[in-house]
Amino acid sequence: MSTPTAENSYTPTVRNAVIVGGNRIPFARSGGAYSHSSNQDMLTAALDGLVARFGLQEAVIGEVAAGAVLKHSRDFNLTREAVLGSALSSQTPAYDLQQACATGMEAVIGLSNKIKLGQIESAIAGGVDSASDAPIAVSEGLRSVLLDLNRAKTVMDKVKIAARIRPKDLSPDAPSTGEPRTGLSMGEHQALTTAQWKISREDQDKLALASHKNLAAAYDRHFFDDLLTPYRGLSRDSNLRADSSMEKLAKLKPAFGRNLGEGATMTAGNSTPLTDGASTVLLASEAWAQAHDLPMLANVVDGEAGAVDFVHGKDGLLMAPAFAVPRLLARNQLTLADIDYFEIHEAFAGTVLSTLAAWEDEEFGKERLGLSGAYGTVDRAKLNVNGSSLAAGHPFAATGGRLVATLAKMLHERGHVDGRPARGIISVCAAGGQGVVALLEAR
Amino acid sequence: MTAQKSAQIDKYTQFVSRGFGKDLAKRLGLPQPAILRRYSPGAPLVEGPVLVVGHTSGADSVASVLLSWGLDVRRHATPKEKLGAIVLVLDELAHPDQLSAPLLVAGASVRDLARNARVVSISREAIASDVPEMAAARNSIDGIVRSLAKELRAGATANGIVLANGTGAADPSPVSAMRFFLSGRSAFVDGQFLRASGEGSTELVDWDRPLKGRVAVVTGAARGIGAAIARTLARDGAQVIVVDVPGAGDHLASVANEIHGTALQLDITVTEAGARILDHATQRYGRLDIVVHNAGITRDKLLANMDASKWDSVIAVNISAQLRMNQAFLASSHFTTHPRIISVASTSGIAGNRGQTNYAASKAGVIGMVRSTAPLLAERGGTVNAVAPGFIETDMTAKIPFATREIARRLNSLQQGGRPSDVAEAIAYFASEASSGVSANVLRICGQNLVGA
Repeated sequence: MSTPTAENSYTPTVRNAVIVGGNRIPFARSGGAYSHSSNQDMLTAALDGLVARFGLQEAVIGEVAAGAVLKHSRDFNLTREAVLGSALSSQTPAYDLQQACATGMEAVIGLSNKIKLGQIESAIAGGVDSASDAPIAVSEGLRSVLLDLNRAKTVMDKVKIAARIRPKDLSPDAPSTGEPRTGLSMGEHQALTTAQWKISREDQDKLALASHKNLAAAYDRHFFDDLLTPYRGLSRDSNLRADSSMEKLAKLKPAFGRNLGEGATMTAGNSTPLTDGASTVLLASEAWAQAHDLPMLANVVDGEAGAVDFVHGKDGLLMAPAFAVPRLLARNQLTLADIDYFEIHEAFAGTVLSTLAAWEDEEFGKERLGLSGAYGTVDRAKLNVNGSSLAAGHPFAATGGRLVATLAKMLHERGHVDGRPARGIISVCAAGGQGVVALLEAR
Repeated sequence: MTAQKSAQIDKYTQFVSRGFGKDLAKRLGLPQPAILRRYSPGAPLVEGPVLVVGHTSGADSVASVLLSWGLDVRRHATPKEKLGAIVLVLDELAHPDQLSAPLLVAGASVRDLARNARVVSISREAIASDVPEMAAARNSIDGIVRSLAKELRAGATANGIVLANGTGAADPSPVSAMRFFLSGRSAFVDGQFLRASGEGSTELVDWDRPLKGRVAVVTGAARGIGAAIARTLARDGAQVIVVDVPGAGDHLASVANEIHGTALQLDITVTEAGARILDHATQRYGRLDIVVHNAGITRDKLLANMDASKWDSVIAVNISAQLRMNQAFLASSHFTTHPRIISVASTSGIAGNRGQTNYAASKAGVIGMVRSTAPLLAERGGTVNAVAPGFIETDMTAKIPFATREIARRLNSLQQGGRPSDVAEAIAYFASEASSGVSANVLRICGQNLVGA
């Protein structure tokens, strides 16, 4: 009998988890360039681009974790299947996870924690979503009949069961962004929050315009050259409108909260469209990165998940990060003023602006955060400086990977601020009243 | 032959290579291009005996080098016996009258050359300080090899090695050049010369993995000739960084993953391109040894119809970017171990081409750059050379209208287009450490194109 020898013995001390880099495919508006690409196709392409960038062909990665929000039941092992189809070693384990739009963030934080604990040396976190190739299910009525048919033993039984089918059972169930407990779509929920925080149409349009301008400028200065790999003829996000203007945005009619009258401020221009895409992030221990001569852009310092009671309470569906960020920063003895870059996911312009408004609100600070006053102000010059989801689009599970890789590169380029490494916060809201936020630090 | 390989042979060549098509072509006197012998790892260097013609001590040493490679070396031909190659050693010529004897000996064996055979001459460079008789004799080899190349059939080629002053016929660099010309690596090189000086060493060369341990960067590597260069350098043992514009990144990633290299999406016309390549190379591999400037674009227009954007973009990508990147490489302490620069020029840069004043300017510019960069590389034990492809079968040339393409393809001594790998093999040869004494050369890979020879 022989005992396998471990490469390194397990020492449960916490060490750094570093972001080496990332790769995503350009994001495409649904029904566009990736209409006929599956989640597995896109995730595999994103992985292969990452492998090519860092020379990881046939490498055994500690673990790959990714997920999709809109997922076919046959894709139960989506990430592992993508790994098997990629240039990575087939001995690389993988698992799927899902936390709505925070899927990618949770993948990064979970895998970073494994690295920090010494359980793995390297990891790839990712996410993918296709609103074009979405699963369509049969109706509940038809499903119940089909399952009963499968269990029926005699022909007569089968005939009786089949006779239960009604024409209405034949219409399929398409996935929606509706909240099961309220029946409201995400946009309708945000419309309520936007109105609650009295966010003006103009401010929302300004944020959307800045997102497009910032993203376009980042492309023009080749910022994304080592963050993206083209796919199916796209080399930039297809939602990006570099020539957008306040006038053009002002012309759009409200798309959500139309029953709010004057308060109907949310349009297709200041909301993210349905999007297809995939992203990946390469994480590693310092030792692994060094042994493989790989760059180290940033540390994953800490992460925090939160949730709000949007069903019965007074918080909006997408307001969980407004609570999670203060908790995360407090735990790290930091305030908003100590942060150099804020990446606040633009699910809707109203989401970002409601969050900022809450932090600037004295009552929110006192009553909801338990502080002596308002939490603080985010310097707009530090907010989403290379554009965000309003311009890039938002393939739900892929957004986290986009944000992490982008911020890591920004922090690395920034280097030090006042003699300490530059810091950045990522905040991502998610369905179900959830949110996941993370703190990164430059290397 | 695998299906993939036969697909690379153009349809006409396939048709006239066998059966009815072969008969028909013969009767009608149509061109009968041969299926060329190309290198693959483990393939024999030469197929058949090698006849060494010449009685100098140089000829003796060349014969013993060939013997050391396990070849069947003959100093006298056996009539009717097929030969794999003739090596014509003429390193002590002093007068044109001395040409007759060795050339007639070689000529008597030309009919016995096997398919895809090789004729390689080894002679001395004619320089201004030679006495006129010697210069005449030395320069006459130029005419002999180029003419013989046009006489040879069935995929056979004739090329020459010109020894620099003081270089022996069996010195490392001439030997490495001879090996290149004899092998299937030079399949589409015909009627060409390489000038070799004595530097370098062939003692430790692993001929199957001559680039082992070397770090190379190839620009324009997402497809076509660039992708073939990357594959060939990797096959020969190099670690390869493939570079192309961000828009070609998906193809670039496939190439990188296929050859276990790294992909660097980069627009080479940006000011910091050289620094970006150096950063990547030093971060990932600790060094940079081989630079292949392959990236290039065409924006064809008659000069009368030329506009600034067409002119300027071609110059920017094809020559200015190379000049700027070379400055960065030459200033780097990581590009110092027998460094190699190989640029892809074009026969258009030598012979000119209608509608390509901008392109030909850039490619002729590359040739000028190579010549004047050579002394800078020599200071650090490096070399710089150019290859000038003629008609190569790529996605780009597949778009040329049928009739034009068919003429362009047949208008050379081998009566066919070359493959991207033919260009790549020549580049790998220049990149080898055994080629240390070969610099400032411009090697045409054109099957001896009849235009602008």
